[in-house]
Parts: sequence; C-alpha cells; structure tokens
Amino acid sequence: MATAEEVAKAAERRDIRDRWLLSAPALLVIFLAATGPLLIVLVYSFLTPGSYGDVKWQFSPEAWIAVFLERDIFDDTLSVAAAHVTIFLRSIKLSVVTTIATLVLGFPTAYFMATRSEKTRDLWLFLITIPFWTNLLIRTFAVLQIIRNEGIVNTILLKLGIISSPIQILYTDTAILIGMAYVYLPLMVLPIYASMEKLDFRLVEAGYDLYATRFKVLRKIIFPLVKPGVIAGSILVFIPALGAYVTPSVLGGGKNMMLSNLIELQFGQGRNWPLGSALSIAVMIIVMVALLAYVRNAGKSGVRHG
Amino acid sequence: MANRFSIKHQPGFTAIAATCFIVLYLPIVVLVIYAFNAATSTSEWGGFSLKWFQSAWQNTQVIDATLRSFQIGATAAVFSTIFATMAALATTRTAPYPGLTFKYAAINQPLMVPEIVTGVALLIFFSRIKIFTGYSGLGYLIAAHTAFCIPFAYLPIRARLENMDLTLERAAADLYATPWRTFRRITLPLLWPGILAGLMLAFVISLDDVVITEFVKSGGQDTLPTYMLGQIRRGITPEINAISTVFLLLSVAIVTLFFFISRKHA
Repeated sequence: MATAEEVAKAAERRDIRDRWLLSAPALLVIFLAATGPLLIVLVYSFLTPGSYGDVKWQFSPEAWIAVFLERDIFDDTLSVAAAHVTIFLRSIKLSVVTTIATLVLGFPTAYFMATRSEKTRDLWLFLITIPFWTNLLIRTFAVLQIIRNEGIVNTILLKLGIISSPIQILYTDTAILIGMAYVYLPLMVLPIYASMEKLDFRLVEAGYDLYATRFKVLRKIIFPLVKPGVIAGSILVFIPALGAYVTPSVLGGGKNMMLSNLIELQFGQGRNWPLGSALSIAVMIIVMVALLAYVRNAGKSGVRHG
Repeated sequence: MANRFSIKHQPGFTAIAATCFIVLYLPIVVLVIYAFNAATSTSEWGGFSLKWFQSAWQNTQVIDATLRSFQIGATAAVFSTIFATMAALATTRTAPYPGLTFKYAAINQPLMVPEIVTGVALLIFFSRIKIFTGYSGLGYLIAAHTAFCIPFAYLPIRARLENMDLTLERAAADLYATPWRTFRRITLPLLWPGILAGLMLAFVISLDDVVITEFVKSGGQDTLPTYMLGQIRRGITPEINAISTVFLLLSVAIVTLFFFISRKHA
C-alpha cells in the first residue's frame, strides 16, 4: 500500500509531466522556427563563404575578424574596416537619439494621458494603441510622403516663403531618425503610461505642501516613481531601433545603411553568409547587453519601491 | 484655467502631448487623402477619384498577395493561439515547478531577438531544408509566423488565466466531472475572451510582418507587406496609398474589436 505522501508525490509528478506535455507544441515550434536556427547562425559565423552564397564547411575566423577589421588584398595586413565601424556607430547613435526623442515626447504625453479623468483615459489610450497596431511599413510610408521634397512639409515651408528650394530630408540620417521616432513612439508611451497610471498623486500633493516647485516635484517625486516604465519604454524602443530594417530601407535610400541593411547585403550581393552571420550575432550581443542592463535595473528599482 | 492651479499640472506637458497626437495622426491622414487623388503622381492633387482603389482591385499581384497574407495570417493565428492556450494552461495557476522559468523565457524568446536576426537565421535554416526535402511551399512562412505569434497570443490568455481561480474547476471535479468535461464546460468558456484577444493579436502581428517574411519567402510568395515594400522601393503611385488605406481600415477594425473585448471583460 502506498502511503498518502507517496500518492501526493505521484500526483504532483503527474501534474508536472502533464504541464510539460501541454507546453511541448509551443516550445517545439519556437525552437524549430525561432531559437534553434540562431544556433546555426552562430555555427555559420565560423565557416568559409561559398562562391555563390551559402558556406563551405571549413572552419574560419575570417568572418569575425571582418566585422571590424579589413584585410589588405596585397600584403595581408589588417586595418580597421571603416565602413563597418561607421555603420555600427551610426546604428547605435540613431537608436540612442531615437530613444531620447521618443522619451522627450512620450513622457509628457503619458503624463497627460494619466492625468485625464478615468473615462477619457481609455479614449487616449485607444488613440495611442491604434498607430501601435497599424502596419509599420504603412506608417513608414506615411512619413515618406510627408518629408519628400514634394511632401507637405516642404510645400508648406515653400508657400510660406521660409525656404526657397525644398529641403532634402529623405534619404538622410535625419529621415531615418524622424521615421524611427515616429513608428516607435507608442512603444515609449505605453509602458510609461502603465506606471504613471498607478502613480499616487497624494505624494505629489505632499511635495507641494513642502514648498517644492513644479519642476522639483517632477524630478524628485514623479520621475523616480515611474522610472521602471521609462526604462521599459527605452528598451522597447532601443532594441527594435537597433535592428530596424524597414525604416532605413524606405527612408534611408541605398547609401544610409543601418546594421540590418549591412546584414542583408551579405546574404544578397555580398555573398558572404559567414560575415552576415557574425554581424547578426554581434547585433544580438548588443541587444542582450541592453536587456541585461534593464533586468538588473528593474530588479533594483523594484526593491526600492517595493 | 483651473488647471493651472491643479497639482497635476506641469507646464508645457499638455502642449507636447497635443503635438504628439497630431504628429501621430497627420501622416496617416495625408496618406489616406492621397489615396483619393486623381493625379498619376503623388506630388500633386488632381481632384477626387476612386481610380486607385479600382486599379488595386484589378491588380492580380495585389489580390494574390492579399489572399496569401490572409492564408498565412489565419493559419498562423489559429495554430499559435492553440499552442499558446495550452502553454498558458501549463504555466499558470501552479506552484513554481522545475522548468517554469525556462518555459517563460522560451515562450518570450522571439520578442527578445531583433527580427532581422531571426530572419537571417530562418533563411539559412530553411534554405538547407528546402534543398534536403525539395518542398518550397507556404509551410515555411506559416511555421515562422506561428513561432513569432505565440508570445503575442500567450500574453492575453495568460493574463486572463491568472485572474481565474480554481474554485469552479474544483467544484466541477467534486461533482464527478471528468477533467476534459471540466475544461470544456468551465475553463474554456471563462477563458474565451482571452483566447479571442490572443487570436486577433496573433493575426494582426502576422499580417503586419515584413522583415521575417522578406527573408523566408521563396520566389512568388509575396505577402501584401513585402509586395508593398518592393513597390515603395521602386517608386510610388497612389495605388500604394489606396492599398494602405484599406489595410489601415482593417487594422483599425481589428484593434477596435480587440479593445472592446478586452475592456468588456477587464
């Protein structure tokens, strides 16, 4: 006869086994069509490029060297690959500036939304959510039509006589920046709004009672309390911005490449799959570092604010 | 002007917020207006016309791409929602058990990796399988879409489950209902709004995807977004505006529905 304890243990084991079986299909699909292939990318980054794309199964560290360095064809000396470094720096710079721009615009917007009456709050939330769920390509295309030389911005400025010839915005870094800030703005607003909504305004009142100025209340009370939302928003904007493909392809033209365009190039005309793989892993490492910083920061602020 | 003395007031914030909302909607409004432009070029206004909607409707490439998008979206949404529901049932309403954290991480993994990296990874992996099996149908796109839709479908289903306690299920079990019967008659009806929300989310996410599709598709497998990307790169006609307008309407309709479903059951 099994004791009660043994029966309970067996039931628990069965429960855990059932739970693994239930989650198996989801885990399997994700492993086959998302996580698993990443390991192949890692392997490919250490192989030799094939003549017509794909790879030869021969170990080579060349791809990783080529991420930042260039080998001279004649004397085999290594020098810094200026083109790659420029693209890395441009991508990081554009992503950081996008994050800051969306924060500067998104923070007051989230604050505005959170300070509305409960009934209208839903409406504002809805208005922010709609662009968030509309196709990113369509939104990028909408920006393209606005900032073109014949677009509405240039037309109005010309009509007002502020400029005499259209400003070339399209196919510049500024265009990519405007486009990314535009498409990722809801990603910044939503998490800040989520923390802002829970903000206890009695604390703000207490601040004013103690003769704090509006700015001081903002800086010393509101900002620290919604910091987790700010960090979450920054991560949510920074990561897709760094890997952005659609926005730089449409608004940056051919020459203002970002990392994703450089990667695509290696799998297309470049015919250097190992280099493309190494660049992909490099992007992922940057993203992982950013995520790790977020997790550590979120943990810390979680403790502080209970 | 009572607002100025309110403790909630911060100088300039309302102005910035107003700018934000205007900036968010202005380009979309302009895009929609130009869809009704009679002129052939997008740089001038030639009067009101529906001809670009007509020309899009008669463009077999557009219709094919749209049908393909729907086919992939619907299949991926159904599969990912079923799998996400099962996974959500397996990861909620339980004491922590070995592997639970791993499951959370694994399910959310597609959200953490930039799309371009996943796209490249799938390009490599699927091109090998294509050579090996000779199959080059829509299955690859459906598999890829199902994978990245799972975390989105999982989100509302899990949220819904976490707000449901086990009382009713226990009561059903006390009344000698089999586990399957309990699931069918108790759990599923209660969970339904979450599942519906997950299904719609997954469908929208699949419909919107450009990057992964662009890398995974074989020749002649354009979805509507990848077709549009190709057209935009080649130069634009108001036909793209017309297609975008219809696409926008569809997205707004789905989001509105989603919003009301999740609010009604909040």
